[in-house]
Amino acid sequence: MNWIHKDLLDIESLSPDEVRHVFDTSTRFMEINSRSIKKVPILKGKSVVLFFAEPSTRTKTSFDMAAKRLSADSFSLAATGSSLSKGESLKDTVLTLQAMKPDALVLRHSLSGAAGFIASHLDCSVLNAGDGWHAHPTQALLDGFTLFNHWQSFQGKQVLILGDIAHSRVARSDVQLLSMLGCRIRVCAPRTLLPRGIHNWPVEVYSSLDPACLDVDAIISLRLQLERQEAGLLPDLREYSSRFCLQPGHIQKAASGVKIMHPGPINRGVEISSSLADCGDSLILEQVSSGVAVRMALLYLYLTRSKPGQEIPEE
Amino acid sequence: MEYTRVCNAILNGTAGTLLLHEGLVQEFIPGGIPVESTPGRDLEFDARNCHLLPSLIDIHVHLRDPGQEYKEDIASGLAAAASGGFGRVLAMANTDPVNDNAGITGYMLQKGREHHPHGPFLHPVGALTRGLKGKDLAPLAELAQAGCRAFSNDGLPVQDNELFRRAVEYASDLDLKVIDHCEDSFLSVGGVMNEGRMSDYLGLKGIPDVAESLQVSRDILLAAYLNIPIHLAHISCASSVELIYQAKQKSIPISAETCPHYLHWSEELVGGYNTLARVNPPLRTRDDVLALRQAVREKVIDAVASDHAPHADFEKEVPFAGAPNGISGLDTCLSLVLDLVRENVLTLQDVIRLMATSPGELFRLPVCSFAPGDPADFTLVDLEKKWVPSPETMLSKGTNTPCLGQTLQGRVMVHFIGGVPVINRLLSQP
Repeated sequence: MNWIHKDLLDIESLSPDEVRHVFDTSTRFMEINSRSIKKVPILKGKSVVLFFAEPSTRTKTSFDMAAKRLSADSFSLAATGSSLSKGESLKDTVLTLQAMKPDALVLRHSLSGAAGFIASHLDCSVLNAGDGWHAHPTQALLDGFTLFNHWQSFQGKQVLILGDIAHSRVARSDVQLLSMLGCRIRVCAPRTLLPRGIHNWPVEVYSSLDPACLDVDAIISLRLQLERQEAGLLPDLREYSSRFCLQPGHIQKAASGVKIMHPGPINRGVEISSSLADCGDSLILEQVSSGVAVRMALLYLYLTRSKPGQEIPEE
Repeated sequence: MEYTRVCNAILNGTAGTLLLHEGLVQEFIPGGIPVESTPGRDLEFDARNCHLLPSLIDIHVHLRDPGQEYKEDIASGLAAAASGGFGRVLAMANTDPVNDNAGITGYMLQKGREHHPHGPFLHPVGALTRGLKGKDLAPLAELAQAGCRAFSNDGLPVQDNELFRRAVEYASDLDLKVIDHCEDSFLSVGGVMNEGRMSDYLGLKGIPDVAESLQVSRDILLAAYLNIPIHLAHISCASSVELIYQAKQKSIPISAETCPHYLHWSEELVGGYNTLARVNPPLRTRDDVLALRQAVREKVIDAVASDHAPHADFEKEVPFAGAPNGISGLDTCLSLVLDLVRENVLTLQDVIRLMATSPGELFRLPVCSFAPGDPADFTLVDLEKKWVPSPETMLSKGTNTPCLGQTLQGRVMVHFIGGVPVINRLLSQP
């Protein structure tokens, strides 16, 4: 498949065939990641800027490792320590980066739409590593890829997304991706953590965890940001966890072999019980491994799009 | 110079010649009747079948002067007003420093006179509370004495109901209206666009329409209780329209304005994180647009104001949530309202009512009715003339409007104030 996109800003601009192609490509990089020498020279000479204007550990490390395994040079830039903290506008920072001619820029930003904004000012590829509440397409793709490795087909699978849907870019991107692939999606959260127009989304809404878990094939628990309590959306964490913390009892109502997922970082005992996070059906660490492969696939697809035919070397 | 003769002009559908003398309307003579002229002594304009409209009054503008002259200043703001057909503007108090004392009011008036001695005229709106902080009353009598035409906490609406009540009462002694920007700042906290389908989709914090209509209901109840008129600024949603309709049925002394953007655009315009569509109150839904169109036609809403809110380009070239609110409107307001005439929502008479007569009555400002002796404050408007808003065609420093680069129809060709042509586009095109 000839990759036509310049930027990866959200999920909805991808077709199901393209998502499938990302999964197939990721599978080949999974194989490379299982080798003793995990580095291949396909992006040698390419430079990737990792611009994380919001704190991130796993996504940034994952992209960094993906770039290095493909032999690209990666450069990190954080908001603190960059000119942004000196009052430089985002546009000026980006134009400055542009002048250094990177091949791709990976952006994490606290404002929704920031990735699209940057992409409109840059000639190089922009990969959105999370913008505000808007989108986190690489997380959704790695979530989808992780499930794909277990399921092969998504048709008719029921997935529950549990937690703060309203303020979650992961939820928005997961709903778009998994419903595109044929899953039926449920969401479960207190009303204050659901978008006002949730009835317009392709999801079933539950306000109680027991019925929400009934017969589901996978549960994606989301991190609860502690600031939601400060904003008056919740009484306190104790009450939240008593209603919405995923417990072993809930899993028994789900389909057998239910997959437990979480984008991390986990608040153990708040949105997921500690024992479940570590249980045999938990894919949480597998998500992290898949994440590196998916991001290698994405860097490969976006950085070689002008030169189709660049082959991934066989062992 | 004896007379100014404006020939081939259309007044209320009738072609004729308008005679001006010493800044006043002398007479409108219908038909092509030749009028004796004194060559060399009379000034003659060929209006080329443009329509005669009174100079308009914009009761809601932000001129950014003093303090943010890089966005706009009084000279450029009044030039944009002249260009857009406005002979008078009410300028809000959220300047820096805030217009909460006679010194600032005096500065604004003087600067207006200095740069535009023939008009357009600036009428400052004094801050309702000191520093617009919503804590204690500004010296309203001092502001009135200095020349303020109304009072408002626009942009930072007073949440304290007791303070707001006392402010309305105190202002009524001075025979000046309070203009309220209706927004419950708890319900709107952190919001950057309308709450609904689009905000969910874009992942942006929304502002529900009840943040406005709840405060509209407060103002209506207070106006009824105190029997003192309150004017409601920039109404944006159907739920507010419904409340205003009911209040007017009961003869509660409430008046209201809306803006061209609420009559044209809905939240879909924010799609793609278009910061030019970021405004407060936010663009609502298509149903709200339709309700507002009906409300201006049926006199539920009294006036259309631009809520002219100019910003520098670079301030809007940021991610959506970081962009300032506001649309630059003085240059484009009339063209956008004339669109509604072409769409048969309004008549030209409705436009005059909404943009001149009613604003004049609400804030006791003179409006030309083309009767003998009226001030010669009027425009010649070419309803067919197309133009494209751009930094070259707009006189405001702020080109932050969704109309930028779009083709608009309807243009002020000549604007007379006191008989003096302050804008004349007929000259440049033979």
